[in-house]
Amino acid sequence: MTTPSNDTERHDALVADIRSRFGDRLLDVDRSFGDCALIVDRAAVHDVLAYLKNERRFNLLMDIVGVDCMDLATYRERFELSYNLYSVPDDLRVRVEIAVPELEMDVPTATDLWKSANWAEREAFEMFGFNFVGHPCQKRLLTHHEFKGHPLRKDYPIMGGQWCTSTSDLMDELKESN
Amino acid sequence: MSDKIDIKEFVPRAGETKPLYRSADFDHDVDPARDDFNEGLTLPDINTEPMYVNIGPTHPATHGTFRIYAKLDGETVEKAGVDIGYLHRGFEKIVETKQYGQVIPYTDRLNYCSGLTNNVAYCKAMERMMGLEVTPRTIAIRVIIMEIQRIMDHMICCGAAIVDIGALTNFWYFFNAREKLNDCLEALTGARLTYSYTRIGGLAWDLPAGWRDSLKAALKDVPPAIADVRGLVQKNRIFQDRTRGVGMINTEDAISYGWTGPCLRATGADLDLRKVRPYYGYETLDFDIPVGANGDAYDRVMVRIAEMEESLKIIRQMIDRVPDGPINVDDKRVTLPEKHKVHTSMESLINHFKLVIEGVQPPAGRIYDATETPNGELGFYIISDGSGHPYRIKVRPPCFYLMNTLKFLVEGGMVADIVAVLSGLNIIAGELDR
Repeated sequence: MTTPSNDTERHDALVADIRSRFGDRLLDVDRSFGDCALIVDRAAVHDVLAYLKNERRFNLLMDIVGVDCMDLATYRERFELSYNLYSVPDDLRVRVEIAVPELEMDVPTATDLWKSANWAEREAFEMFGFNFVGHPCQKRLLTHHEFKGHPLRKDYPIMGGQWCTSTSDLMDELKESN
Repeated sequence: MSDKIDIKEFVPRAGETKPLYRSADFDHDVDPARDDFNEGLTLPDINTEPMYVNIGPTHPATHGTFRIYAKLDGETVEKAGVDIGYLHRGFEKIVETKQYGQVIPYTDRLNYCSGLTNNVAYCKAMERMMGLEVTPRTIAIRVIIMEIQRIMDHMICCGAAIVDIGALTNFWYFFNAREKLNDCLEALTGARLTYSYTRIGGLAWDLPAGWRDSLKAALKDVPPAIADVRGLVQKNRIFQDRTRGVGMINTEDAISYGWTGPCLRATGADLDLRKVRPYYGYETLDFDIPVGANGDAYDRVMVRIAEMEESLKIIRQMIDRVPDGPINVDDKRVTLPEKHKVHTSMESLINHFKLVIEGVQPPAGRIYDATETPNGELGFYIISDGSGHPYRIKVRPPCFYLMNTLKFLVEGGMVADIVAVLSGLNIIAGELDR
């Protein structure tokens, strides 16, 4: 797949815009393989996401990806969270990445910006243990509700299956207001 | 009192050929304006206390293992909760222990209705990461197999969606044609479900002799199947009553919920990666993007049926344009040397050994690559640390976000509409739970 040439220019313009608006809270930019990833300060992530959604028309949150960086050669903190955005009107993709320390995994929720963040954040919560502050119903999604630990962490053993038996009633979801 | 309704009136007496019960008889005999009309007919047990019903995880209409817990008021769904994960196999955990090439069979098990599309989507991401340009012949073959899989996936989805609301015949019309296509893919790949046909940088093997002719013959059965189903369903009063205005969503909400693919296009948005961000030469092909108007269950089925015709157009254009040439890129990093060279040349033997033992080694970095699969955008977010094993692969399955929306689509509707909405979304538990 060839990347259209004007993607680079539009990414340049976007990065310049973010840099002028958020200053040193934009820590770094990763442009490998023609993608564009904005590495921002963890405290500013909600502001950056809200700006991208409301002013830059990134109206489709494709995915929220958690990464455990403990085996990588270079990393900022142990964990990393990557928001994968797409702009339907502009046909442009961008990623917003933040580094999250192991001992303080609070991240502001993005469910107020995109409704798709609901399950994406629940998955990042159960797989890595991020705590999404303000999430309406943060609980396990793909794993069983009795499951202990966060299976996609690098220190979770590959054969670490668990024996879970009881069924959860979904009464908490029935009460959920949104 | 003789004025009271006696149920015996409506029971046919012996020797009579009276029809069992007709409302016309009822209206004729009894005047509803009379005070005692309802006496004896009201059932004192009916009340409006909420009732909790568990649908799934092995309900036949869920087409996979997931559970819907519904709070019912009469037949109206007041609240619904969705429980998924019954098919979670830890795809993302297990691929971290595999080589990049060994991930391909696992991608078959994501959306198992269209395994070849997942193969291509993964290999496309890997090839972009390694800067490989696949050969024109491989591109043509990949486009053909992806569109065959789109037709087959839509056949399952539409057939099951229509059968769930009571029309079984359409299912067989579609599956007769689908069977022929599956025979073609079996001749090509040797498998009928888990194909594993692509390789990083190419394909497992070339087209067998005469394959294109057998595909042309199989494709002849598809338009009559579509016409048969359309004739039975499109203007069918029962089908329309069950699906029109059911599970409606507008474009803005659908995008906010992360919808892509035919379900988003049913709301009227024409987002299709094959048009907005063409890959594999889709920009040179003549095809249209069918869109719906209302975003209801009816539109979602009809958009898929229309897409099957567009995929047919694409295959018919590509099938005679498959160029000759190699199928694998000439790159030592991904392609095994030819067998006779392995036996005769030292360099080839070393190359073979290193590729098998160490695997494909892409440069360190991160990439997100998206492909338009039958269900929507399938994305692979791959992090490489430069070794032969993926550091992390995150799959962005399209129906994960459709399923997130289900509870909001069914709340406020009737309990029978859950089935009509669910089957039209085409939730595949394999890629939902991974």
